[in-house]
Amino acid sequence: MLLITCPYCGARPESEFRCGGEAHIARPPQPGNVDDTAWADYLFYRTNPKGVHAERWLHAHGCQRWFNMLRDTASDQVIGIYAMGKSRPDRPKT
Amino acid sequence: MVQTYRLVRGGRIDRSKPIAMRFNGKELDAFAGDTVASALLANGIHFAARSFKFHRPRGVFSHGSEEPNALLSVDRGGGRIDPNNSASAIEAVDGLSLRSQNHWPSLQFDVGAVNGALSPLFVAGFYYKTFMWPRSFWDRIYEPAIRAAAGLGRAPATPDPDRYQHTHAHCDVLVVGAGPAGLAAALAASEAGKRVILADEQAEMGGALLHELTSTIDGKSAWAWLEDTLARLASRGTVTLLPRTTAFGYYNHNHVGLVQRVTDHLADPHPDLPRERLWQVRAREVVLATGSHERPLVFAGNDRPGIMLAESLRVFVNRYGVVPGQRALIVTSGASAYTAAADLKAVGIDVAVVDARPHNDCAVEAAALRAAGCEVLAGHTVLGSRGRGRVSGLIVAPVDDSGKVGARRILPCDCVGLSGGWTPAVHLFSQSRGKLGYDAAIDAFAPGTSVQAERSAGAARGTYQLTACLGEGWNAGAAAAGLARGRRFTASASRTGFRPFRQLPTDGAKGRGRAFVDLQNDVTVKDIELAVREGFESIEHVKRYTTTGMATDQGKTSNMNALGLVAETLGKPMAEIGTTTFRLPYTPVTFAALAGPNRGRLFDPSRTTPTHDWAVAAGASFEDVGLWKRARCFPLQGEDMDAAVARECRAVRTRAGIFDASTLGKIEVVGPDAAEFLNRLYTNAFTRLEPGRCRYGLMLKEDGYILDDGVVARLARDRFHVTTTTGGAARVLQHMEDYLQTEWPNLQVYLTSITEQYAVIALQGPKAREILTLLVDGIDLGREAFPHMSLRIGSVCGVPCRLFRVSFTGELGYELNVPSDYGQPVWEAVIERGQAFGITPYGTESMHVLRAEKGFIVVGQETDGTVTPDDVGLAGLIAGSKTDFVGCRSLARPDLVSPGRRQLVGLMTEDAQGVLEEGAQIVADPAEPIPMRMLGHVTSSYWSPNCGRSIALALIAAGRSLIGRRLYATTPTGFAEVRVCNPIFVDRKGERVHA
Repeated sequence: MLLITCPYCGARPESEFRCGGEAHIARPPQPGNVDDTAWADYLFYRTNPKGVHAERWLHAHGCQRWFNMLRDTASDQVIGIYAMGKSRPDRPKT
Repeated sequence: MVQTYRLVRGGRIDRSKPIAMRFNGKELDAFAGDTVASALLANGIHFAARSFKFHRPRGVFSHGSEEPNALLSVDRGGGRIDPNNSASAIEAVDGLSLRSQNHWPSLQFDVGAVNGALSPLFVAGFYYKTFMWPRSFWDRIYEPAIRAAAGLGRAPATPDPDRYQHTHAHCDVLVVGAGPAGLAAALAASEAGKRVILADEQAEMGGALLHELTSTIDGKSAWAWLEDTLARLASRGTVTLLPRTTAFGYYNHNHVGLVQRVTDHLADPHPDLPRERLWQVRAREVVLATGSHERPLVFAGNDRPGIMLAESLRVFVNRYGVVPGQRALIVTSGASAYTAAADLKAVGIDVAVVDARPHNDCAVEAAALRAAGCEVLAGHTVLGSRGRGRVSGLIVAPVDDSGKVGARRILPCDCVGLSGGWTPAVHLFSQSRGKLGYDAAIDAFAPGTSVQAERSAGAARGTYQLTACLGEGWNAGAAAAGLARGRRFTASASRTGFRPFRQLPTDGAKGRGRAFVDLQNDVTVKDIELAVREGFESIEHVKRYTTTGMATDQGKTSNMNALGLVAETLGKPMAEIGTTTFRLPYTPVTFAALAGPNRGRLFDPSRTTPTHDWAVAAGASFEDVGLWKRARCFPLQGEDMDAAVARECRAVRTRAGIFDASTLGKIEVVGPDAAEFLNRLYTNAFTRLEPGRCRYGLMLKEDGYILDDGVVARLARDRFHVTTTTGGAARVLQHMEDYLQTEWPNLQVYLTSITEQYAVIALQGPKAREILTLLVDGIDLGREAFPHMSLRIGSVCGVPCRLFRVSFTGELGYELNVPSDYGQPVWEAVIERGQAFGITPYGTESMHVLRAEKGFIVVGQETDGTVTPDDVGLAGLIAGSKTDFVGCRSLARPDLVSPGRRQLVGLMTEDAQGVLEEGAQIVADPAEPIPMRMLGHVTSSYWSPNCGRSIALALIAAGRSLIGRRLYATTPTGFAEVRVCNPIFVDRKGERVHA
């Protein structure tokens, strides 16, 4: 069981949390202007990397707050935790 | 039975405390400190089990939890029966009744032993090859026969009467294994005041030190050092010593599962004690000092009772004061067995050693043993064994340097110790996802790179010298605790080193003897060779095909020999073969320990409504809705459910009914942006909803499918009272929080679950207003003053109330939201007031019938996560004024606008009495050949007392265009003719709610 450090409550066991899938999937501001393909991509398509992955987590049986977490999907090590709305800390510069 | 085979003195048993047990009904005497295995041997019982496949006689093979053979069923009385316990792991305790397994009618005479004669049939993967013909025999003959023969032991027939507990613990350093390395690690880690947990699976801590008679540590005897060390650890308040505790699973982030056997060793345990305790430990650092397992040697007939591991012979003599035989043969390919031979010799057992290594490789230890008066046959192999029920001799022969086997001769014996080298117990390391690497110097897979915060020490990483084990343990403990100070130990030298043999050399003569690699699964050398010949090259495939390394011992003694044989047969290096995955648990764990207290009444919490006690007293029958107990109907004396529901339904439409709707989810949405927030979440428009008004709201997921529905009431400009379905309460709140926190964090909105704060009493029916009139203060109930879909705040029976005028029945109706604590008094007051009007309490079943008569959907019944608003005829709830809300864009997805989607319609059976089954498939033509085209399915189906006929709702492809058409619904016996109709069966114009 993962040990997850909720940014509001501290370290708690994974069973208190719910994973909300890949982070940084922004809802298109004007969905009406998005074509079917792009909308399907927003709804259904997610990356599934082996390695560092940014995920949304909810402290469901705790403070009910959402936050972002960087997790290595191969080793299950937690690499970082950061607030909703913050950009991914390790995002490579483009 | 007398303990004839017991030394007069010595060992760690207490001869002043005799213990009486039974084995297969006969007396079995022991002393405190014994295990069942040592007791069996002290009573001269070697033949204690039958093997799994061939039913061969087997005996105690080891002194620990790696035991492959001696699995016994333990009966502790009172229905406490536990099969498949390793005799070496069961502590002797008064009154224990033990039974051998896997035989009929008796251990000595077993019909199943015929399998041995039929062994050519039972080759590797036999179940894939035999029983293939005739095909029809499989279901009725082969499979039942195989199932009856398969499986080890028998499950108990009655529920487990014992209690089991769960404990969570945190520590700085968890040390697994209390042998020399583990003890040194715990000493070092606790030196600096760190919180340390030391767990060991055995009754006594000390590991290998418990059978070290001649070794010394820092000038003290091993036993004295052990006693001092345990006393020192116990005196440190930060150390928790957990004997009888197995670390069985290493999970993520240093989360380790331990199971502690609390009472099994007590003859008369205190009734408050749990039998076992499951520890979930979260450790900052873990030290794995799990020791190692001795490997057997593989030769024909290496499985007879009396043949065991060499170190186990030593343990039985030194630790338990048992004489396992009068003439022992030690068969070895390594040095450690010479220590075992010397210890046996020291208590007067006649010992000879057969060493598979050539003279030059064992000259030092052989000379020492010869000096003690033992025969040593170096450069010899074993070709077979003799004996019925117990080994009586080994067939040995010399092997020269070229591998040529010389003349055979028989060495008589009554017990045999095998030593084919040592295998580090890397199970927990591997479970921690650490990388194992093959180390040729120790012919074993040893811990390499760590993934989690753990380190291995001592024999667990292939270090077998006592001094080095102590040093490594100390260093690991110190490093784990962040302590810089090192420490040097001085201890006696240990005999180490061995030459691996996958099987002992043979002379090629065809014999009937089978050379067993895996004793528990009766896997032989031939099986493994056959599997490889048949193309199974991956070790994981060989394991599954031959079953080597499976079952209760998980191949602890056999795995390395099996891997080596595969490597040799394939001509590949060991490193390339790799190991099979080490799966948890390390040793079997009872289901009861995992379940802990979470069974029976404590399995799940149950939620009850404020009127629950009243409903119980009224004789209601209940149904589970999620965790809720909801009154399903209120049958009167002599009524069945159908009659009660019919009476309740008629009462609501003709007079008045009262219903507990407290389980509905309720969320208060507050803040300056509350209306905007709801506008974005629901399909409906809320910005222009006036305070005091309600709206039936439909909530979609982003994919356009219905998530939930409910009434949304505006209490004030910045305050809404939102209701959800009973089952959807948590889901909807989470959905709202998700969007609020992650998509629109700039909106000023606050969400509070108020489900438990309010009791909700639904009062429905034409008499509802009259009943309510005299109970309500401060609210004008007039038809125009308080219209349908509005709410007022006032008081009822003097209790503050949010009074809704809403209806889920199609009748004039109110829902009284009062503080939960007042739920039952208000409920009772309304019923008392309503008596004169014929008020009738109704349950969830009637609620369902009444809403189905009106064609109202239930989310989760008419919808299944793939249903759109239009599918259920609710497209009108989509606000045309809005360009966006959650799910809006998806409603234009090609799939969601394609023709032929299933639409909600009503069904009337041609036979008015025939009630369809919910879930029944709808087809156009029952004569159509199978597979038939399914047009849809029945979602709700009831007997409608108000229509006097059966009614149903169904989702049917393009259903609205089929109204009036005849279709067919499947029934358990065939088909029922149905006619498609409008889904509203009562008051189609909807006038009654406005009464």
